Amino acid sequence: METRGRETEARLLNFCKWLEATPWSVALHESIWAYPIVESVHVLTLCLFLGLVVMMDLRLLGMTMLDTPASEVMSRLIPWSIAGFVIMVVSGSLLFYAIPVKAYLNIFFRLKVLFLLLAGANTAFFHVTVYRQMADWDLDPVPPRRARLAGAVSLILWAGIVVAGRLIAYNWFDK
Amino acid sequence: MLLSFFTWCENTWLGEAIRASTWLFPAIESLHLLGLAVIGGAVLLMNLRLLGWGFQRQTAAQLWRDTRPWLISSLAVMLVTGLLLFTSEAIKLYYHEAFWVKMVSLALSILFTFTVVRRIALAEAGPVRPLWNRAVAVISIVLWSGVGIGGRWIGFS
Repeated sequence: METRGRETEARLLNFCKWLEATPWSVALHESIWAYPIVESVHVLTLCLFLGLVVMMDLRLLGMTMLDTPASEVMSRLIPWSIAGFVIMVVSGSLLFYAIPVKAYLNIFFRLKVLFLLLAGANTAFFHVTVYRQMADWDLDPVPPRRARLAGAVSLILWAGIVVAGRLIAYNWFDK
Repeated sequence: MLLSFFTWCENTWLGEAIRASTWLFPAIESLHLLGLAVIGGAVLLMNLRLLGWGFQRQTAAQLWRDTRPWLISSLAVMLVTGLLLFTSEAIKLYYHEAFWVKMVSLALSILFTFTVVRRIALAEAGPVRPLWNRAVAVISIVLWSGVGIGGRWIGFS
């Protein structure tokens, strides 16, 4: 079991090393403008993507826009947040592509990936459960527990993702 | 005169404590980023409404009232964390043009939001002037973007 884990780790590291040696990765890493611009796009899209996710989560928690049906808040904001998410994924992938080995060995990067997977699972679970029955409680002053839980879990995970993402810049615990 | 104030800020025990610690600066910076997400959401929601790109069944006045508490509280978090970050490196910031771009944009954004945007949003029950609304929303988004871009640029020297 442990040897298999080590093998996977070595294989991933080799892949990152191969990625890092590709010409475009070197070019991006050494660029004067491209890297800071991609980084800025990634950080500022936080407003579009996470800002609207936060608003949706707050609505699920019953903490804002209570006069607007929850399902309407979702249907209005989901397209915008998907657009933001696409920009996040593209710019984030480019940032990773510029420094794959450093990122792979960074504990905060690993934490961020883990939180992202959990946030994805939470969203998927929300969509096949709570989201389908929103019409039943659309204007209730206190949304049902399931909805509040989904909103709270999402807020906590995304906060973790932001913090972990910021801390990738620090190599306190690098191997 | 201003420089001596900035120097004083940097030499306060607060500035020194943040500089001396490994964790404090990144921790405060992370909070600053979380505030950015919330303020970004509140500002965008209001302005998307003024642009006519969503929430047409709600009045702009209603959306202003719904987003205002989040706008104000996230702005407070941003100002407090921003001030702490500032004290730790005030002199560097004094010589960084991105910092001044950010401060001017910030002052204009706050002023514009709590005067023009507020007025437009609350007045919407009256005659609707969509073109004027859209212009206000665009100006508001440009001003707030200036704050964000200026802020990000402080990190690059």
